[in-house]
Amino acid sequence: MSNPRTLFDKIWDNHVVHRQDDGTCLLYIDRHLVHEVTSPQAFEGLRMTGRKVRRPENTLAVPDHNVPTSGRAQGIADEESRIQVETLSRNCEEFGVQLFGMNDIRQGVVHIIGPEQGFTLPGMTIVCGDSHTATHGAFGSLAFGIGTSEVEHVLATQTLIQKPAKNMRITVEGDLLPGVTAKDMILHIIGVIGTAGGTGYVIEYAGEAMRKLSMEGRMTICNMSIEAGARAGLIAPDETTFEYIKGRPLAPKAGNWEQAVAYWKTLPSDAGAKYDKEIIVKAADIEPQVTWGTSPEDVVGISAFVPAPSDGRDANKKSAIERSLDYMGLKAGQRVQDITIDKVFIGSCTNGRIEDLREVARIAKGRKVAESVYAMIVPGSGLVKLQAEEEGLDEIFTAAGFDWREPGCSMCLAMNADRLSPGERCASTSNRNFEGRQGRGGRTHLLSPAMAAAAAIAGHLVDVRDYE
Amino acid sequence: MEKFTSLTSVAAPLPLVNIDTDMIIPKQFLKTVKRTGLKAGLFYELRTDEQGNPKDFVLDEPAYKDAKILVTGDNFGCGSSREHAPWALLDQGIRCVIAPSFADIFYNNCFKNGILPIALPQEQVDMLMDDARRGSNAVVSVDLESQEIKGPDGGTITFEVDAHRKHCLLNGLDDIGLTFEKAEHIDQFEAKRKATQPWL
Ligand code: SF4
Repeated sequence: MSNPRTLFDKIWDNHVVHRQDDGTCLLYIDRHLVHEVTSPQAFEGLRMTGRKVRRPENTLAVPDHNVPTSGRAQGIADEESRIQVETLSRNCEEFGVQLFGMNDIRQGVVHIIGPEQGFTLPGMTIVCGDSHTATHGAFGSLAFGIGTSEVEHVLATQTLIQKPAKNMRITVEGDLLPGVTAKDMILHIIGVIGTAGGTGYVIEYAGEAMRKLSMEGRMTICNMSIEAGARAGLIAPDETTFEYIKGRPLAPKAGNWEQAVAYWKTLPSDAGAKYDKEIIVKAADIEPQVTWGTSPEDVVGISAFVPAPSDGRDANKKSAIERSLDYMGLKAGQRVQDITIDKVFIGSCTNGRIEDLREVARIAKGRKVAESVYAMIVPGSGLVKLQAEEEGLDEIFTAAGFDWREPGCSMCLAMNADRLSPGERCASTSNRNFEGRQGRGGRTHLLSPAMAAAAAIAGHLVDVRDYE
Repeated sequence: MEKFTSLTSVAAPLPLVNIDTDMIIPKQFLKTVKRTGLKAGLFYELRTDEQGNPKDFVLDEPAYKDAKILVTGDNFGCGSSREHAPWALLDQGIRCVIAPSFADIFYNNCFKNGILPIALPQEQVDMLMDDARRGSNAVVSVDLESQEIKGPDGGTITFEVDAHRKHCLLNGLDDIGLTFEKAEHIDQFEAKRKATQPWL
């Protein structure tokens, strides 16, 4: 191939099974992750048509959205949730798909366990009936969310019918300021390009600040590509990536390791590769971020003020700001740091990994959660939980007054019993601040784990740099 | 999948931007293991108060309760990949959504369920929004074959749609069936992959 290609182009070209004249491709899918909410109708479809799962060994299932985060020994109290989780178990058994059940130490949020197990590898195509599949792009794999009809399509054929996306590159130049994390970077980026800014694109994140991130940080960045409108985010694999993968249960073993790494090293975009859109962000412009509204693009620096409807760029945005302020119970021009909170949620596929918990512990150590605040920490997986406990982080959390719970999606979407009551205000490390996302009438402020820990202690939104 | 050829109906106006799939159908309705009966959850929080009592909502007004077309704002269907969103729209009887833009996954999910999503420039959506506000006095026709929308006053708007998706929608084709016809290509691909990337 003579034309310089992007990372996305290379992965795409490597997976085309068949191309139609109009450019529609049949794309091979290397890995398929499955959870209980978006899969029952797909398995039902297979049953109705007498079809099988084509590659059960490339499929991994886990219940995460509905599972309780305390008292697991008693099972799931909510009947519908229980039926959904049991349906997943039954389907996996019937179709021969590997399942990490609720009481398996490896159970956790689907996008946490894939990388943790080495199921996620560079250069792959990975799908899941879940929009945050973008997370796995941190490894330089093309990973995107699909609907249930497509889940059925992948189960039956191990392929998808797709058209290539456009290429966008977002370069973050320079070094991050102290106290600024991957979460702040991605929130800032979403503020810059808007929640529809990436629609139709796959975003490749580049630049010095990205290269210096750990795999955990890169996963946080790629995870929220969907909040920027892009179906997938990508970061080129490098030594940090290989280091993270090596030795994981499903990673290539000794004989294949060198061959795999040699292939992975061919993946980064070629010099001179063309992007349909380029965006450059200066790392030095990013301060710790927090959302004030009901769309992830409603984001400001912690030292800023809540905007007014008149700040909207057009009539639609002006009325959206008005609606958001009303829903969030905020006044235009209010200081962000004066916003008091009732709850804190630390966890989710955005920020439920060990590094996130270490950040929280660093801020929480020797301090106390404010009297008026209930703060919960939900590790991303059973293995994250175990590691945190081995490092003694749980003791720091409980001494500070945090509630230390079992792994799952929990209050990221409030499908289980963990949720906000109407009017309650939450500082949350998750990824969506939509109306009702964390419970009907609940008000969500998205921020980094360190910022969430500081808010828990202060009882209001606060600049974590004052707590270092 | 039910075919989509053409339809004529009043259009319901829902002039909000960034309507996310949590808003289209909130999580408590995702616990089902079926595809049907999701109408009860459609726009639940816009449609009911905190006690679950009905409040004013466009699709419950007499003029719009049988609307098959929804005219709405930019970035419709953003957020989660839940196919429950198009299933709920379908259960309500909505077969066509018109907006300035759609989120990718939602857009894709519509085609798998016999719903036609149409993206148009803002000015054209604004015109159709005005038509839609006239209620039962204003009937809109959508024809997929000719890729045309006819407004109540005779004006015509043309729209774009991907040729492959159009073909599937017009004929009600099941993607999986189409892909099975290419099984040989998949077998070949897998054999090659096994040889070149043995770690997979
Ligand atoms: S943690 Fe939240 S965003 Fe991630 S998969 Fe679960 S519900 Fe979705």
